Amino acid sequence: MKRTVPLIIAIVAGFVLLIANFIPFAESWGLTAQEWFNILAVGAMVLGGGNLVKLHLMKVSSKRKGWGYSVVTIACFFGTLFFGLLKIGVHPNPLTPDYAWSGYYLENGSTLWWIYEHMVVPLTSMMFAMLAFYVATAAFRAFRAKNTEATLLLVTAGVVLLGRTYAGVWLFEGWLPESMQWLRFDNLTVWIMDIPNTAGTRAITIGIALGVVATSLRILLGVDRSYLGQD
Amino acid sequence: MRKQIHHILAFVMALSMAAFATAQSPAPPSALSVSDTPNDSGKSVDVTWSLSETDIFNPLNADATQMNPELIVSVYRIERMVTDSSSAEAKQEDLQWRQIAEPSAGETSFVDRTVQLGWTYNYRVCAVDNQGEASSWIVSESLVKPTMQIFDMSKAWLAIFMILFGGFVAYFINEARSGKKLWVRKIAGLEAIDEAVGRATEMGRPVLFVAGIQDINEIQTLAGLTVLSRVAKTAAEYGAQIEVPTCRSLVMAAARETVEAAYLAAGAPDSYQPDKIHYLTDEQFAFVAGVTGYMVREEPAACIYMGGFYAESLILAETGNHIGAIQVAGTAMPSQLPFFVASCDYTLIGEEFFAASAYLSDDPLQIGSLKGQDYGKFLSVLILIIGIFFATTASLSGDGDGFGAGARDYIKNNMLGSEGLGSFGGGNTDLEGDDS
Repeated sequence: MKRTVPLIIAIVAGFVLLIANFIPFAESWGLTAQEWFNILAVGAMVLGGGNLVKLHLMKVSSKRKGWGYSVVTIACFFGTLFFGLLKIGVHPNPLTPDYAWSGYYLENGSTLWWIYEHMVVPLTSMMFAMLAFYVATAAFRAFRAKNTEATLLLVTAGVVLLGRTYAGVWLFEGWLPESMQWLRFDNLTVWIMDIPNTAGTRAITIGIALGVVATSLRILLGVDRSYLGQD
Repeated sequence: MRKQIHHILAFVMALSMAAFATAQSPAPPSALSVSDTPNDSGKSVDVTWSLSETDIFNPLNADATQMNPELIVSVYRIERMVTDSSSAEAKQEDLQWRQIAEPSAGETSFVDRTVQLGWTYNYRVCAVDNQGEASSWIVSESLVKPTMQIFDMSKAWLAIFMILFGGFVAYFINEARSGKKLWVRKIAGLEAIDEAVGRATEMGRPVLFVAGIQDINEIQTLAGLTVLSRVAKTAAEYGAQIEVPTCRSLVMAAARETVEAAYLAAGAPDSYQPDKIHYLTDEQFAFVAGVTGYMVREEPAACIYMGGFYAESLILAETGNHIGAIQVAGTAMPSQLPFFVASCDYTLIGEEFFAASAYLSDDPLQIGSLKGQDYGKFLSVLILIIGIFFATTASLSGDGDGFGAGARDYIKNNMLGSEGLGSFGGGNTDLEGDDS
């Protein structure tokens, strides 16, 4: 029963979404299924939040290594929850001024907005900015000319890298004959991106599309149940 | 007396000129046409018109300096009325002209999504200039009654392909069920999973599994969970510890079920620790911070990433590389694949990732579906080759209306596009710069 009911729900929801894609009359069914999912996801947030708090409380109570960070996490969790739920600093909606909580929860100037703008956004940007360094280290490793393929990759990457900058134009200015202008890095970059790169990406995309359909069919037909905890 | 008459006449002329000047209005739009939106559930109407002659976006006005700035069209005003009085639910205001939209200058179409199925409507459009002056109305020559189509014919070819593909899959599942041995090539990345878990066991370090950052309604997350099932089973058999941080609450719940069942199947239900499968946060980069923090602190010996990833893929994979973990990744995000390839030991590219669950299960039925997938691929390649052939012949012959061009356009617009079964004929579609 524990497996059968979720399996039936998955199969029914899958077929509803499939039919909704082809039959205009059933369009709203797909939207309804999506709404059900959203409601479930919101309910599950409580589950996730509860799990987060529980694990960190356990870490604090047992004074495991790094328990101080858990205290910060719990404090931030409840602080944000408090300011967000109570809408501290949010003005009532002008259309319904009598209802104190009717304002937009992320209204400019509210406490939650401040937390988001001045804490979440900078921290997120910081993590995102780190990508630049990771790209450099990954590129260094990937572009080492260990074999023919890696050498080809290195040359291609060099051409595209230079072609994306003014150096791609500047290097060939004044001396390359008109008939060989296609050799300029900026022109080669356009060719590499439009032809081999697009072809490769499309090949992968077609494979992915077929894989998605095959996996969906396995799930819809109940052949693959491993996601339910059963091989 | 004569002088007074001249003054009066001059005054009257000035007045009439002023009146004429203020009464100047923009040119109306033309060629208004209304039609029921095809392949829909009868809840929308397509309205199209041609630009006003005083619309700055009209090609006639290439030299905008020659235009009277006061007459330049600012918006088009669209009004609608219900003409079928038998529509019992129609209110009095519906039976009169009523404004429904004001698209900007340069727009030549509007989709009215506020109509009722089965009611009959009439539409009219006028142009409004910067001064707020409206042109005369142009009324549609025909009425329109939105109707519902039983089947979305624009997706007819998609349905045909799905039936064909489903047929292949069903056929090979049946073949497998009847006992026929089906061969599937080895996937190095999946073979490496056992090796990675074994290494973690030997080193006495945990195995980290990340099922992407998408929710459970995404197929990539489901594919990731099927791999998790195998990883957890192997970990249970070897006695390795597995850590599964999740980015979504529902994924956490599903992952717990998966891992618990895997431990049970491996005969080690007591080793299952639900707290090892835990929720971190929905926020993308906060999740990455949490996972990479864990990686740096605990130094897992194996990191397995299977699911839908975005920009965080490289941060995770590079951190794993930095701590010296053996890494296996699988995703169907084409833009993230290069990052995983550069940083991980093994990467399941696109379709391999989706084949993983069938491959790992050793279940003949699932292997049969893989075989069906291969035949679907063969069909796709066949259409590609035919398309390339016709596109090449049409290009070489230079005949834009010949059979080759027609076949090319039919494949492009009907089979791969959204024009449905349609009719086959010559075409002159410009392929230049088209990314469809």
